[in-house]
Amino acid sequence: MNRFTLVWRNLWRKPIRTVFTMLAVLVVFFLFTVLEGLRGALTLSDISDESQERLLTSHKLSLVMLLPVAYQSRIARLSGVEAVSHASWFAGRYQDNPEFAQYPVVAEEYLALNPEIRLSDAHRQAWLENRGGAIVGRPVATQYGWQVGDRVPIRSSIWTRANGSNVWEFEIEGIFDDIDGGVNAGVMLLHYDYFDEARAFSNGTVGWYVSKGDGSLPLEDLMAAIDAEFENSPTETKTNTEAAFAKEYAQQFGNIGLIVTLILTAVVFMILLVTGHTMAQSVRERIHEMGVLKTLGFTSGSIFRLTVLEGLLLVLPVGILAMALGWGGLAFLSGALGALFPAGLGIGTRSVLMGLALMLAISLGSVLPPVIRALRLDIIALLRTA
Amino acid sequence: MAEQLIRLTGVGKSYRKGREVVRVLDGISLEINKGDFVGLMGPSGSGKTTLLNLLGGLDKPTEGVVEVDGRAISALSPGALAKWRSGNIGFVFQFYNLLPVLTAARNVALPLLLTSLPASRRKQHVNTALRLVGLAERASHYPRELSGGQEQRVAIARAIVSDPPILLCDEPTGDLDRATADEIMALLQQLNRDYGKTIVMVTHDPRAASFAHRVLHLDKGELGAAPEATR
Ligand SMILES: Nc1ncnc2c1ncn2[C@@H]1O[C@H](COP(=O)(O)OP(=O)(O)OP(=O)(O)O)[C@@H](O)[C@H]1O
Ligand SMILES: [Mg+2]
Repeated sequence: MNRFTLVWRNLWRKPIRTVFTMLAVLVVFFLFTVLEGLRGALTLSDISDESQERLLTSHKLSLVMLLPVAYQSRIARLSGVEAVSHASWFAGRYQDNPEFAQYPVVAEEYLALNPEIRLSDAHRQAWLENRGGAIVGRPVATQYGWQVGDRVPIRSSIWTRANGSNVWEFEIEGIFDDIDGGVNAGVMLLHYDYFDEARAFSNGTVGWYVSKGDGSLPLEDLMAAIDAEFENSPTETKTNTEAAFAKEYAQQFGNIGLIVTLILTAVVFMILLVTGHTMAQSVRERIHEMGVLKTLGFTSGSIFRLTVLEGLLLVLPVGILAMALGWGGLAFLSGALGALFPAGLGIGTRSVLMGLALMLAISLGSVLPPVIRALRLDIIALLRTA
Repeated sequence: MAEQLIRLTGVGKSYRKGREVVRVLDGISLEINKGDFVGLMGPSGSGKTTLLNLLGGLDKPTEGVVEVDGRAISALSPGALAKWRSGNIGFVFQFYNLLPVLTAARNVALPLLLTSLPASRRKQHVNTALRLVGLAERASHYPRELSGGQEQRVAIARAIVSDPPILLCDEPTGDLDRATADEIMALLQQLNRDYGKTIVMVTHDPRAASFAHRVLHLDKGELGAAPEATR
């Protein structure tokens, strides 16, 4: 028998009530973790430095409208431009899975502009030598179980081949890692030459240009210079940083983030009510016993500490377990849905701290009011309660 | 002459109820010697429990001084008073006041949590106390698994486990049948006689009061001599 025994026995005063409260805490913090992970993935919280410096030039009206391939040399000629290349939207899917990103690109140029793509020399060489080859980000390869040497059919919702089919077959020549889980992590890269020759229409066009300044001009000026080059032409452009585009793209999920936040808030509030009610009731049931303990010589301070510890025990261990389970759930999801969440699913330190803070808030928020109210009474008043 | 242990001088207690002041105790002066066994009787509402609470440092007098072993406990801070209580007073209540979530042994061990005794010594003390009240074999029972008399024995074991010199009992047999009440009284008598405990016991039961060395009568907040009937 020590003080902890007393706390522990009090915690299990009504076992069923305790179990249900703990279950509620378990569910809430599991949900919290999974939803935080999804929210993080949907709001693109970390954007790499490269993304901040790379410029993306698209059709002025929309990212999906096409630009002439001839713009590349015109952008390259502008002063302040160090390198430029392009990519296009292929809009393909593998079997019945949801669409994911495939970009037909000029391999060496694109890789040079995207140094965060890590590809072994052997894979790189193999891809350069195979016109019908492709490389793919690891999350996608993992989800679909692709290995180097596999031939994979990709059905495009835009592009038909000259022979009328919209199913394209590519040979996987390499699997790459995107070191900062950035914009390319879940992408499949194809050879533009092969793609342009084989497609039935719109030959000689590209989706957008990617460029990098040489540092002689401020980015703002460089972006303005690129757009000025094509002003008053039939195909005007809009240039911005890749990060800004990514943000804009993520904006369409912004509402989901908001909804998730709202759900979380509601759920946390509910659990606060549930545990608050439980704890308050449990404290009320033992006001008389607090009087007995004080009679024996326990101080208000020590009764306060014992009760607070009990509140923490009700929430923290189960809450932490729930977050660990949620983390496992996210790891499972990102393995199973790599193409959907190429940057992986997980929660950052910030979310972990937020979860812990919530646990503290819930347990303290429910224990402190009734215990403070009880301990304000003197011993006689405590003992006189039935 | 016996050594004096408790002294009350001009003790009064009143409660404020809104604008009204309820006077519960008035000008009580009283001396109790070490080893004494004092019965306290009086009609309901006469202030017996209030007086006992003042003796035990659960409450403070509105006027006057309560001294125990030469120390004015009515002047102690709540923290100091709590510490003093744990070392000097064992309480026994009418309704036992055991914690339902703890076994008999753990209930008895509660006061020892406030000491610095090592676990093994605490266990020893608990066993000794339970044996003394004749409940050693019920150590692992919960209060709900015990009879009223057994619960009261556990409560007495809890009151004596840290070996305080004074036991304050508020109607310790009030909830028990006659035979059980006699057993409890015999136990208290033994504690007084063989272990030197000074006992102040509130009771309505003349039979219980007959175990005391002397009986005080409280009426409308004032102390009087024992009427002939009870002596
Ligand atoms: N906290 C309080 N506030 C107001 N009045 C109180 C308070 N505590 C006790 N009283 C009053 O003081 C008087 C004496 O109460 P006390 O409990 O000491 O009586 P008692 O002699 O022990 O009675 P009983 O035999 O019924 O236990 C009663 O009238 C009671 O209403
Ligand atoms: Mg009373």
